[in-house]
Amino acid sequence: MDLLISLVINGLATGMLIFLLAAGLTLIFGLMDVLNFAHGGLFVWGAYTGVVTYAYTESFLIGIVVSILTGIILGFIMEKLIITPVYGNHVQQILITLGFMLVLQEMIKVAFGPNAIPVTVPSYLAGSWEIGEVIVIKYRVFIIVVGFIIFGIFHYILTRTKIGLIVRAGVINKEMVQALGINIKRVFLFVFMTGASLAALGGMLMAPYSGSIYAEMGMEFAILGFIVVVIGGMGSFSGSLLAAILVGLAGSFMAYYVPYLSLAVNMILMAIVLIFRPQGLFSMIRREST
Amino acid sequence: MENLLKLHNIHTHIGQYHILQGIDFEAKEGEVSVLLGRNGAGKTTTLKTIMGLTPASSGAVHYLNQDITKKPTYDIANLGIGYVPENQGIFGQLTVEENLKVAIRKETPEIMEKQEYVLNLFPDLKKFWKKAGGNLSGGQKQMLAMARAFVNDSKLLLIDEPSKGLAPIVIEKVMEAIVEMKKQTTIVLVEQNFLMASNIGDTYTLIDDGRTVRSGEMSELIQNDELKQKYLGIG
Repeated sequence: MDLLISLVINGLATGMLIFLLAAGLTLIFGLMDVLNFAHGGLFVWGAYTGVVTYAYTESFLIGIVVSILTGIILGFIMEKLIITPVYGNHVQQILITLGFMLVLQEMIKVAFGPNAIPVTVPSYLAGSWEIGEVIVIKYRVFIIVVGFIIFGIFHYILTRTKIGLIVRAGVINKEMVQALGINIKRVFLFVFMTGASLAALGGMLMAPYSGSIYAEMGMEFAILGFIVVVIGGMGSFSGSLLAAILVGLAGSFMAYYVPYLSLAVNMILMAIVLIFRPQGLFSMIRREST
Repeated sequence: MENLLKLHNIHTHIGQYHILQGIDFEAKEGEVSVLLGRNGAGKTTTLKTIMGLTPASSGAVHYLNQDITKKPTYDIANLGIGYVPENQGIFGQLTVEENLKVAIRKETPEIMEKQEYVLNLFPDLKKFWKKAGGNLSGGQKQMLAMARAFVNDSKLLLIDEPSKGLAPIVIEKVMEAIVEMKKQTTIVLVEQNFLMASNIGDTYTLIDDGRTVRSGEMSELIQNDELKQKYLGIG
């Protein structure tokens, strides 16, 4: 039983980190029809700027704030300079965002050096609780709680506010949203910056969890993010949460019970979903032309 | 009456195709102006061009004496033009309430009063207030699309084939609603159902192969069998 609980907590914590990356990806794809392969770059920049700030200020919280700000600023620059010229053209989007991903990754090495940087968990989140036979690592619980809080906030925004309503409507039919008098490009920018800030936050939270950060971690996590978006359904925020938890739990259990299959399990999950439900588990998109 | 909308020699390309090849059209304030023509004549593209969804390559669209040819779609909508597309453009996963909420720009007392008026005009919408738009019947979707376009105090409504795919009894209801809305706004209607078009239209414009071939009073067209036979295949 204690093993089971430990594996579930591990899986949930990993799932939440993937969720933070996938949440932005799914909204950006769902609303803007943009394949953003540079999303992992935002994750790694969030991690580096946050960790460096954390090291200088010795405040993990300030590190988190700086990582979010980094995401917002990079998101703004990316949307304006990289994404806007290639709206509507998937091939160009893949090429330019993959290229920009490499630029972001290499710029990390220029700015912070090529070696991995060790990161420690802040003292108040270090250690563990012993509940009976079970050892629960505090930082993992912290990630899970933050993940659920972020989900709660964004779920509220998407379902209870006007801007959320517009985003959901835009995912379904953006031409019609414009015909109702809404500047969809402004909504695109808002969503892109929000998605970028979530990815950057994910990177910062990942840092103490994995113990070190390195330039290539963005690309590695972005692949998991894409798998989650495909499983959860393009454009579905809730779908991303469930798929991320599924991927996290599957990874955690497989790594323990069938380690040689742990890397393949996500691909197998994605393949199964694609065979039986190609639109993903909770796809929002029913594109209509007006 | 004054011209609210005027299209002058509009040409529109979609990709490599030259769809509109010279559309001239006027809509007078307070009237129902009907665009008629065979399938593929360019009626829907004309409405989309007015809305800026398929912008004109050349020519000019004037609305309330200002040139809106190059304006983005949201600006055109905010000038008071409501659009009901051919497929209604309902947000299927949003409820009836949410579909209307997306459309409402500011929840002023006047607009909320207008919403109440619209809901009285289409009582089914009130009945299915919390139902997802995608689960409504064809007629209810049409009513929701019209309500959504009308709710912001639109000065001009562009309605694309409101009778398409609807049962005769529902068509009658839609027609009654358009007649009612006409009391408060100007309407440009694209319609294949000539009976409906002739019943509610004040003026007509015949479009063929992307060009305007004739315009005039609806009463004149009703009596002109030759014209109806030639361009609409009826008469």
